[in-house]
Amino acid sequence: MSPQKRVKNVKAQNRISQGSNSFQTTLSAWKVKQGPSNSKNISKHGQNNPVGDYEHADDQAEDALQMAVEYFEKGPVKTSQNKDKTLEKHLKTVENVAWKNGLASEEIDVLLNIALSGKFGNAVNTRILKCMIPATVISQDSVVKAVSWLCVDKCSGSTKVLFYRWLVAMFDFIDRKEQINLLYGFFFASLQDDALCPYVCHLLYLLTKKENVKPFRVRKLLDLQAKMGMQPHLQALLSLYKFFAPALISVSLPVRKKIYFKNSENLWKMALLAVKQRNQGPSPEPLKLMLGPANVRPLKRKWNSLSIIPVLNSSSYTKEYGKKEVSLSDCLNRSGSFPLEQLKSFPQLLQNIHCLELPSQMGSVLNNSLLLHYINCVRDEPVLLRFYYWLSQTLQEECIWYKVNNYEHGKEFTNFLDTIIRAECFLQEGFYSCEAFLYKSLPLWDGLCCRSQFLQLVSWIPFSSFSEVKPLLFDHLAQLFFTSTIYFKCSVLQSLKELLQNWLLWLSMDIHMKPVTNSPLETTLGGSMNSVSKLIHYVGWLSTTAMRLESNSTFLLHFILDFYEKVCDIYINYNLPLVVLFPPGIFYSALLSLDTSILNQLCFIMHRYRKNLTAAKKNELVQKTKSEFNFSSKTYQEFNHYLTSMVGCLWTSKPFGKGIYIDPEILEKTGVTEYKNSLNVIHHPSFLSYAVSFLLQESPEERTVNVSSIQGKKWSWYLDYLFSQGLQGLKLFIRSSVHHSSVPRAEGINYNNQY
Amino acid sequence: MDSYDVPESTPSASSRPEDYFVGATPLQKRLESIRKQTSFIPTPPRRKVPQCSQLQEDVDPQKVAFLLHKQWTLYSLTPLYKFSYSNLKEYSRLLNAFIVAEKQKGLAVEVGEDFNIKVIFSTLLGMKGTQRDPEAFLVQILSKSQLPSENREGKVLWTGWFCCIFGDSLLETVSEDFTCLPLFLANGAESNTAIIGTWFQKTFDCYFSPLTINAFNLSWMAAMWTACKVDHYVATTEFLWSVPCSPQSLDISYAIHPEDAKALWDSIHKTPGEVTQEEVDLFMDCLYSHFHRHFKIHLSATRLVRVSTSVASAHTDGKIKILCHKYLIGVLAYLTELAVFQIE
Repeated sequence: MSPQKRVKNVKAQNRISQGSNSFQTTLSAWKVKQGPSNSKNISKHGQNNPVGDYEHADDQAEDALQMAVEYFEKGPVKTSQNKDKTLEKHLKTVENVAWKNGLASEEIDVLLNIALSGKFGNAVNTRILKCMIPATVISQDSVVKAVSWLCVDKCSGSTKVLFYRWLVAMFDFIDRKEQINLLYGFFFASLQDDALCPYVCHLLYLLTKKENVKPFRVRKLLDLQAKMGMQPHLQALLSLYKFFAPALISVSLPVRKKIYFKNSENLWKMALLAVKQRNQGPSPEPLKLMLGPANVRPLKRKWNSLSIIPVLNSSSYTKEYGKKEVSLSDCLNRSGSFPLEQLKSFPQLLQNIHCLELPSQMGSVLNNSLLLHYINCVRDEPVLLRFYYWLSQTLQEECIWYKVNNYEHGKEFTNFLDTIIRAECFLQEGFYSCEAFLYKSLPLWDGLCCRSQFLQLVSWIPFSSFSEVKPLLFDHLAQLFFTSTIYFKCSVLQSLKELLQNWLLWLSMDIHMKPVTNSPLETTLGGSMNSVSKLIHYVGWLSTTAMRLESNSTFLLHFILDFYEKVCDIYINYNLPLVVLFPPGIFYSALLSLDTSILNQLCFIMHRYRKNLTAAKKNELVQKTKSEFNFSSKTYQEFNHYLTSMVGCLWTSKPFGKGIYIDPEILEKTGVTEYKNSLNVIHHPSFLSYAVSFLLQESPEERTVNVSSIQGKKWSWYLDYLFSQGLQGLKLFIRSSVHHSSVPRAEGINYNNQY
Repeated sequence: MDSYDVPESTPSASSRPEDYFVGATPLQKRLESIRKQTSFIPTPPRRKVPQCSQLQEDVDPQKVAFLLHKQWTLYSLTPLYKFSYSNLKEYSRLLNAFIVAEKQKGLAVEVGEDFNIKVIFSTLLGMKGTQRDPEAFLVQILSKSQLPSENREGKVLWTGWFCCIFGDSLLETVSEDFTCLPLFLANGAESNTAIIGTWFQKTFDCYFSPLTINAFNLSWMAAMWTACKVDHYVATTEFLWSVPCSPQSLDISYAIHPEDAKALWDSIHKTPGEVTQEEVDLFMDCLYSHFHRHFKIHLSATRLVRVSTSVASAHTDGKIKILCHKYLIGVLAYLTELAVFQIE
């Protein structure tokens, strides 16, 4: 086939598929073609998925590859001065992509043709051939086309040898083999070539079917053997022929001899492993949870396992051992059990959940979202225990700060932790192994290594007694917390917020599930609530101290208030009988903050506290009976105290009477005459700029503005202005907590049951 | 910085939450035991001096002799799932096939049954601390003679054995589907260990981790083994310390006549039959100060990497050689303890 023809061919294909006629778009067309079915499902977690990888890969890298392929397509530009440089650059690009992620079958198609067409020199062809590593599969057509180049004799002998070696090595990744098998005669004829003979033998060995074994071929092989002597590769092929057609071969072959083929795979060993791994990825359906290490690890100290996570294999192995004699038919129709390899969809899982064949190594479920579902609902002790042991030991073995000089595996360990965290998120449940791992490793952690992963593991600690976990985890975490940067502090608070949320979700589910399932923790609600409240108080303590250490940083305060946004809504959102208020150190820092958004957030939290407390009060009145979970009057007092302070500052301009009490003498000493209204919605430092903009908006030409002029009707216009500026928290707070009467006053919650 | 104290909690729960957490599942129990382990000193402060008569009567003396005087590499092993002592023959066959398949990777074809190796599983009857401990077993790989006439068993290529001596703490936490043999000892090429370990991991869903012995535990070994009564000493008591310095690390070897070591120990030792942490520390401190008096080197600032006595010798890398038949069980009991600690 001439190059000319081939290009036309591609164009034709292109027109069919995309209706476009420029070659340049074909690459992107492939992507689109591959894309639609998957792209919907690919979440940000789609790391292992080659297609996903490909799509998410750096655009630049993709463009570079596209350009490189085009460059090779066009052939070397003779006139170009830095021809070598360009060539080298493009070759490098292709090599990098190929060894990293593999090439799409279409790219292989193009490049394979180029390598064998002899357009470039031998060295270039060799390099191209060496990096023909598929992302997943190689199309049969590409191989057929490539073989057709061998007929026109455009490439050197060494290229041919390399091609055969490549073919043998990649044999398993060729999508179909019918057409290749049709070329059997051609390959067989190539046995004539002494240099090719061993590799062609190997290929034929892989390709031969019973119908390929013909008397004339047997004769030919025997002739060759007579000519070349007892060659192991010929013997291998002959023994295969003899296996298929014993009648045709009367020659006795040495039965007790090992037969070797020249190892064709050496060149691509690592790449082959990578492709296998990519292909072994879980079923295409649950793409959301593409797990598993993305790149191959070197074999190093590992016991011939490619990845930390074992490959999914059904456990027929173990089961069959129980029987004395295993017959073939037993293996084939193991009635009643459903092999894992066939498990592709969730409905299938549901149908066969009672007779699922479990993997031989439980760790492999981490790579399979369907099985994660399974171990999530199964309460089978051995299953959980096997997974527990595997995960605990693997974490311990891989943890990089356990061993000196182990940092080269850092990336791998990070990936592994990411995989675990994805599984935990997917299941919405933490693993006990991870908790046990944290106990052991947190005291040794430097606070830097795998920080994000580590803190996420913290947030997935299964619900348990806080006072038991505190000395093991939180005390160590606190040491790091106080001695690290503000960013670390914020990350810790963030993960503690997530921990709280996970615990709350778990508890709120557990309360409702209790009659049905046996909760793993035999706890009373009171005990659980006590544990949660201790966690909240602990974070309150951390936050207060952190605020002082970071000199009231607004940034930090945001994270703290985020935490309290969860806390204030426990009663309503999670239906759990718990209201814990923030400590004064946080409340007053927020109230006196210079940042409007902080104040707004504070207003929102106060509003939600009010809602929750009111709801709790109502329930108490309805139930009449004194339940265990009536909130103490102290909580209401505390809340009312905060509320009075807030309304006193922001609304009634009586800041230091109730709430924050400051001796009038001290206030006098400060020399500020107008202190009373200095913290209201107009004069509060974080609102002042709003007041000024409001006035300027009213009368833009005014030279001087007098914010004190905002009174009466203007006051409520001003409020509307503030609300329109996105201060929703303030709006909710004022609407719920302030009586719109001539004398504004705080609307506290009555805690003496005289509602 | 404020001291952290919990304010009075809101719900009027009457008792501490711990009272509510009664571990329901074995996993929960395990976690609790880990919590305890982690929050207190990891090792108990006192241990028994190995007793000489602990080995059960029915141990095959030939097999025991086979285990002595060899250097073993230590691994910890999580419980084996669905392992059955009645299938040892079958396991031999399957492991044999697996090894052959692994060794032949890259070879095209195997014609005939030409395995040059033979795998033998056999139990080490009586090799246990208590009756509850599962039976120890031995795996051997032998090379088969090429000559058909001479069909005798050939050279031993690789040996590994699995045991559990006083593994009560581990046994309590697993169900009957599992066989707990937390200590694995291998002798032979690392590549063979890798293949066989992989087979076990795949077949019984267990996990091997190299078991190293830190200086703290080496000191314990030194003290406990010195405390053993040995009829005639076959080796000097020797310690090896490593000083990390460049370009090459410096090793300090410190050999003592075993009777002197024993005398030193006897002067320290108080309660008969027991070794305490204080005694171990004192024993080592005495050695340190003696060395310092002569060489002005503070050994306490270096790292203990090897201990050899007439009972056994151990290297921090997780290599052990047991010399004394009498104390075999005692040595293994301590190693089992370390292995269990590693997998808990």
